Amino acid sequence: MSVEPVSCTIKSPVALQIGDTVSDLSRPGVYITDITLAEPVNIQEISFKNYYTAYLTVRVQQREDGSVKWVTCLRNHCLMANPHAEAGSHDYFSIYRQQDTEWDVPAWLSTLTPVETSLDLKGLPDPETVSSSIQQMWALTEIMQASQNAASIGRFDVDGSYDVKLLSYM
Amino acid sequence: MDEGSDPSVTIAQIVQRLKGTHLHSQLEKQAKECLHRPEIKLESLKDDVRRWLKASGWERKLQNAVYRELHILTPPGHPRAPPEHTKEPLAYMRKAQAGWEKRIMKSLNSMCTELGIPLSRKRPVPEQKELTKKWNEMGTDEPDLSKFRPVYAPKDFLEVLIGLRNPNNDRSEEVTVRSHWGLIQVSLNVCDISQMREMYPELSFTYGQLGIDDHTHVPPDLFESEHIRVGKKVVSAQDSAAAQQYSRQGCPTGLRAQLWTLILNSDSDPEDLTHYEQLKARVIQHDLLVDNLIYKDVKLTASNDDYYFVFEDYLYQVLLCFSRDTSVLEHFNYNSATPPKSSIHSKSGSEQFSVVYPPNGVIPFHGFSMYVAPLCFLYNEPSKLYSVFKEMYIRYFFRLHSISSHPSGLVSLCLRFERLLQTHLPQLFYHLREIGAQPLRIAFKWIVRAFSGYLSTDQLLLLWDRILGYDSLEIVADLAAAVFAFRAENLMEVTSLASAEAVLADLSTLKVMPLLQIFLFATAV
Repeated sequence: MSVEPVSCTIKSPVALQIGDTVSDLSRPGVYITDITLAEPVNIQEISFKNYYTAYLTVRVQQREDGSVKWVTCLRNHCLMANPHAEAGSHDYFSIYRQQDTEWDVPAWLSTLTPVETSLDLKGLPDPETVSSSIQQMWALTEIMQASQNAASIGRFDVDGSYDVKLLSYM
Repeated sequence: MDEGSDPSVTIAQIVQRLKGTHLHSQLEKQAKECLHRPEIKLESLKDDVRRWLKASGWERKLQNAVYRELHILTPPGHPRAPPEHTKEPLAYMRKAQAGWEKRIMKSLNSMCTELGIPLSRKRPVPEQKELTKKWNEMGTDEPDLSKFRPVYAPKDFLEVLIGLRNPNNDRSEEVTVRSHWGLIQVSLNVCDISQMREMYPELSFTYGQLGIDDHTHVPPDLFESEHIRVGKKVVSAQDSAAAQQYSRQGCPTGLRAQLWTLILNSDSDPEDLTHYEQLKARVIQHDLLVDNLIYKDVKLTASNDDYYFVFEDYLYQVLLCFSRDTSVLEHFNYNSATPPKSSIHSKSGSEQFSVVYPPNGVIPFHGFSMYVAPLCFLYNEPSKLYSVFKEMYIRYFFRLHSISSHPSGLVSLCLRFERLLQTHLPQLFYHLREIGAQPLRIAFKWIVRAFSGYLSTDQLLLLWDRILGYDSLEIVADLAAAVFAFRAENLMEVTSLASAEAVLADLSTLKVMPLLQIFLFATAV
């Protein structure tokens, strides 16, 4: 299944504040980012680059039979295991929609397993799937290998000359 | 490795890396040759060949090669993450590293311009012949190195690390009990002692250790004899993973060289010897400015050291070749650093090509030769010494002089040291701060060199056993804290940075394993 990017408008994040005025002493811990789509679309994947967000909640506005409702798809999904340390602060994430669910609310998974692969509950992937994807990978690596100049001892000179005058930096 | 990610990607990556290697062609050759053997039947060809490769030890060699690849493989990241994100995810650290590299390049360029010496030149043939003759005694040369100065010393790098700031972090100016008292001001995740106890169970009191239980007063039957017996088994089984696990309790002196080559999978194939000879030929052909930096460094550090001065010639033979080894460039995929570049003209003069300088992309700094010196006690064959050093560099040592957020990176190690001290020796830390003796200013040089040149060699090798065993440099930071804990009483009495440094100037009598064991397992948490 190919995923195509959907055009959308991303508004600047708005802080959730208690009370009317923004005071210097209290800093908001929650920001809301509104993303508007041009037309209703079945979203399969949301990819983003993090910048110091520790927990993510995703709410989606669904249209059904003329009525509009907000549903929470993902609540407090952890992006940074320790909010006070750097790990995960600049990382890239993808969250995927899980198709088969018993509930009306679509459940979202954050693993990198693509949608059509069923998760083996024992924790190990299905050997057939691994084997077939390895076949594909090998085909790819054959192409890559053929196009590379496989020199195990790489040369650093150019036609025998390595008269370096000065280092260049931007 | 992330259990959730698809292993087929990793498998494909490793297959691609091993394809075309010497091992691959050997395996193919063995598989072809074994077809003549009577036990290989046509009906069950695939299984029979596999069984034979396993029985003859070739499968183990492949396992070791795969294990080695797993050590240096970058885990498959998010498909949209660019390569620089793999090198270092935090943008502000990438920026700091780039700024630092620019400073080094400027410094090297100005040295080059002032001295009127090119960064690289081809040696005239008489000079090449001369060098070939003197290859085994380069130490006897006394070139005029007075004009050369090291590009940087560890303390210059420390200032850069101290200046690291996370732009997203709002720092209030006042220092409180809860704020960090040390010099490193970025918040990386570092382990505390209870987590370390889980990470290093083999260092606890319930396990035997070389460095403790091989003491002359301890009967060898209690631990040492059995440990050596197991070590011999590991070496004869040629199992890389087993050797790594084994070395957590220390390597016996007689087996250490073999165990380390096994762990690093740098067995001296004929391929390694050829590789080394090719590098030697390149040293003969081209003269690099960095060679003088290497000479100077060896003369200033290793040659002045009681333990290492005898190995001076070996150090040149290894480090000069190291500078010309383009296979080292590969490690920049996972190193936050980037190799310096230059451009040269083609012979016709019409085209310009971008080249890396030096060919391995690594500019040596003051003390660099100390990474090689201890290995000279283990290997006297230059090609073997070279391949072990190179593997240790691309797995561990490079992290000790680049800016990154990696748990074994220098920034994390420094922070880990400071946090351990602040948590478990707060009185000492506070006292040292008050007298203007920030502990990291003293410990930094130990950490950058992984204690080489500061501990006695036998103790250093016991420490490096554990670096290999746990595949991490974190134990270096732990030892630094343990040393401060050991000398805490004396340090509480000093009143200046100079006297604090004097207390910690001589570590040559320290026994590292008891210090580590007591600090990690006997400190109250």
